[in-house]
Amino acid sequence: MTTTETTSGTKVLGQRVLRREDPKLLTGEAKFADDLAVPGALHMAVLRSTVAHARVTSIDTSAAKSRPGVVAVYTYQDLKDDWAGPMPCAWPVTADMKNPAHFPLANGKVNYVGDGVAVVLAESKTAAIDALEAIEVDYEELDPVLDLEESLADSNVIHSEIGTNLSYTWELIPNKDGVDEAFANAAYTVSERYIQQRLVPSAMEPRSVVVVPAPFGGDFTVYSATQVPHILKVMLALTVGVSETKLRVVAPSVGGGFGSKLNVYAEEVLALALARKLRQPVRWTEERSENAVATIHGRGQIQHIELAADAEGKVTAVRVNLVADMGAYLQLVTPGIPLLGAFLYHGVYDIPNYSFTCRSVFTNKTPTDAYRGAGRPEATYAIERAMDALARKVGVSAVEIRKRNFIPAEKFPYSSSAGLVFDSGDYRTNFDKALEMMGMEELLAEKKLRIDAGSRKLLGIGISFFVEMCGLAPSRVLASLNYGAGGWEAATVRILPTSKIQVVTGTAPHGQGHETAWSMIVAEKLGVPLSDIEVLHSDTAIAPYGMDTYGSRSLAVGGSAIHIATERVLDKAKAIAAHQLEVAEEDLDYAEGTFTVKGSPDRAFPLAAAAFEAFTAHNLPDGMEPNLEASVSWDPPNFTFPYGSHIAVVEVDTETGKVDLIRYQAVDDCGNRVNPLIIEGQVHGGIAQGVAQALFEEASYDAAGNLISATLADYLVPSAAELPSFELGETVTPSPTNPLGVKGIGEAGTIASTPAVMNAVVDALSHLGIENIEMPASPERVWRAISTATRH
Amino acid sequence: MQVTMTVNGKTVSRDVEPRTLLVHFIRDHVGLTGTNVGCDTSSCGACTVHVNGEAVKSCTMLAVQADGQEITTIEGLASAEGELHPMQKAFQENHGLQCGFCTPGMVMAATSFLKENPHPTEAEVRLGLEGNLCRCTGYHNIVKSVLAAAAATGE
Repeated sequence: MTTTETTSGTKVLGQRVLRREDPKLLTGEAKFADDLAVPGALHMAVLRSTVAHARVTSIDTSAAKSRPGVVAVYTYQDLKDDWAGPMPCAWPVTADMKNPAHFPLANGKVNYVGDGVAVVLAESKTAAIDALEAIEVDYEELDPVLDLEESLADSNVIHSEIGTNLSYTWELIPNKDGVDEAFANAAYTVSERYIQQRLVPSAMEPRSVVVVPAPFGGDFTVYSATQVPHILKVMLALTVGVSETKLRVVAPSVGGGFGSKLNVYAEEVLALALARKLRQPVRWTEERSENAVATIHGRGQIQHIELAADAEGKVTAVRVNLVADMGAYLQLVTPGIPLLGAFLYHGVYDIPNYSFTCRSVFTNKTPTDAYRGAGRPEATYAIERAMDALARKVGVSAVEIRKRNFIPAEKFPYSSSAGLVFDSGDYRTNFDKALEMMGMEELLAEKKLRIDAGSRKLLGIGISFFVEMCGLAPSRVLASLNYGAGGWEAATVRILPTSKIQVVTGTAPHGQGHETAWSMIVAEKLGVPLSDIEVLHSDTAIAPYGMDTYGSRSLAVGGSAIHIATERVLDKAKAIAAHQLEVAEEDLDYAEGTFTVKGSPDRAFPLAAAAFEAFTAHNLPDGMEPNLEASVSWDPPNFTFPYGSHIAVVEVDTETGKVDLIRYQAVDDCGNRVNPLIIEGQVHGGIAQGVAQALFEEASYDAAGNLISATLADYLVPSAAELPSFELGETVTPSPTNPLGVKGIGEAGTIASTPAVMNAVVDALSHLGIENIEMPASPERVWRAISTATRH
Repeated sequence: MQVTMTVNGKTVSRDVEPRTLLVHFIRDHVGLTGTNVGCDTSSCGACTVHVNGEAVKSCTMLAVQADGQEITTIEGLASAEGELHPMQKAFQENHGLQCGFCTPGMVMAATSFLKENPHPTEAEVRLGLEGNLCRCTGYHNIVKSVLAAAAATGE
């Protein structure tokens, strides 16, 4: 356990502090958006397209309007003057990116099953939903575009106004000649094609929004189950045409997000526009089957990765060609998702030549966007699977191929061939620790024993060593990627007259425990009890500035802002104490809430007294403003680069094709560790989501473009029975990028675990000549692969 | 239709549409919002409550079917003085929750499970909670919490 020394020396950081969020969540006291009682609210329901691609030839809402309890029914035509602009996409990745206009309701044409066609407002939720059935829509069906490569061929164009299904081509090829030369001179090459299936993020809390107009003044409060209350406020102002000064966005308790609530959704825009139109509160909560089609999907890529290597298996070049599925429209950051992985296809390996090309296309499916890891799981999957393929070609183990290629510790800070500077790392030490903890020798012996004995259940051991870029993000780097906002974070630390402390953060937690972790950062610095500190967040009236929570950014960026604000508050308190004690500031020590004069510890001045002096302002140093607070907006100088070794052990039943994950070990390095309890929880949950991609989950479509895994009965979110307990270890390599030396842990597990499990599945079967199985590795897929294997 | 039941020790009587599910009765008619709705196929278990002491997914039951029964929701689990139930304590001490949305259902399912099997193995806990989904924790700390609660109760 690593702790950070501070002036107070209290060492709160690094302790397994229990979460202060828990009591209200454990007793049902917490309020999620759908729990808010709002008298007089109208219930909204959205009629969704039941076909993937069609012209809407007529919509008859008259029967629905006359149903009991129905207040209004609207289509695109009825509302076309109720918004100021189309749905926002904040990441135009190239100057010529094609972004078809996208409105909250379809304008004469539907482009995916789930596309909004009409909206009902009624006095009860049941009346609203019942009325949907009374709306008559005539569709003139068109052939849907469902396959990515077919989309790329442009034989059937979805958005005729842009004339192509290609949204953009994005390239990162710093040295094409070097890449070509490396492939020409390679002793070994691998060329692999992997499919990143579409995933349904499936946060347990469905999306929900409640818009309440103020009784006077034209203000609106928007309560939304969102990860991004600050971004949502700006975007709602721009999209609906309400002055930002009239909008307050609150994210109450939010039941998980995983990227799916990092967005601006049609229902949020509709609820605000309709609350304004009817001057009444409007509320909406999605059904789970609605969530499956109307909330963004994750992943959705075809990956082609090639490696060139010399005779020792040292990789000399990596070349990647992606086709990425945007879905029917570009949502908030849809086009940027492949770019978040674009710089990481060399993984943790010192590969001098780099080539990355991504072509992103539209399909008649739910739009994709950020899903836990966002681009980085895809990159890690490709390189870690390809490294195993290379190991098989070279005839060395998966362990050995990695050892031969790691970026050596002495090369940090490491300038990558893709153009990043990796902050810090010691991959070999982390790997050696993981291998030792795992007992690799015994596992390999057991695996061989089972093969030799002709066992029905074979063992597979899969390694994945990941690195990611997180702590989003240096604003200037975001500018170079054409992202429409900065990556800074805001914090205010305020010591009140009674010496209680308010910490205001621009991060927006939805399960991550920020209230606990942020108070630990302040307590560490000030040496005061955690119970004196209150963390305020997720309400733009209280925390007006912020960039919210995603991309494993909150601790590295938001936590650093709090750390710096706390230092400034302490500096100001010191100035007050020095003034009161009539000594120089440098003559003061500080520990556990009290300033003392060096060498005369009986001459003391408590922090609480400084807070009261700042309040009365009776005797402050000349020119000092009468408050004890500091506000900081901190822009990180670089990303952070967490890494780690993940190892999965699976048992494959060769008769049924069923894969059981029997052991999973993760040794993560996320820099300094603020609260190991929370870190471990993040890793556990991340692993489970990545394992789910490998073994269970897939958004499957039929030939007509219907999502056939649209309920939790069909979409296999794993239960406790499908997973083992996880074995965790750690190394600690502080990041030099931020004052806390932290890196981020929210996405690590998801990034690493999918390739670890798939490498294990292939490892169990590679002696049969099986080199790839598509995800999810369902019993049917595995059984078919075994049945058609070249060797038995 | 008029339905009357005991919810967390109090008798409540309401006039509801016959199609009203128990979960909507609890949330919308009684105003206890700790019981959550996470799906529409009775898959997720977020709405688990106790009916006469046994775990029931309250979306699988009509309010009228619960007429005359005793219902306990997450709000009724801690003591009247506010002391957390041993299962609630175990979830906090073992970080068995993150976003907390599945937690009420998970805690209600787990307390009912321990009544049936007071000394479970890890594998039995995992099977016993199969009907409750969590997207945050990977279940590791939920399982640990339930085992800790079993140990604490058995002491």
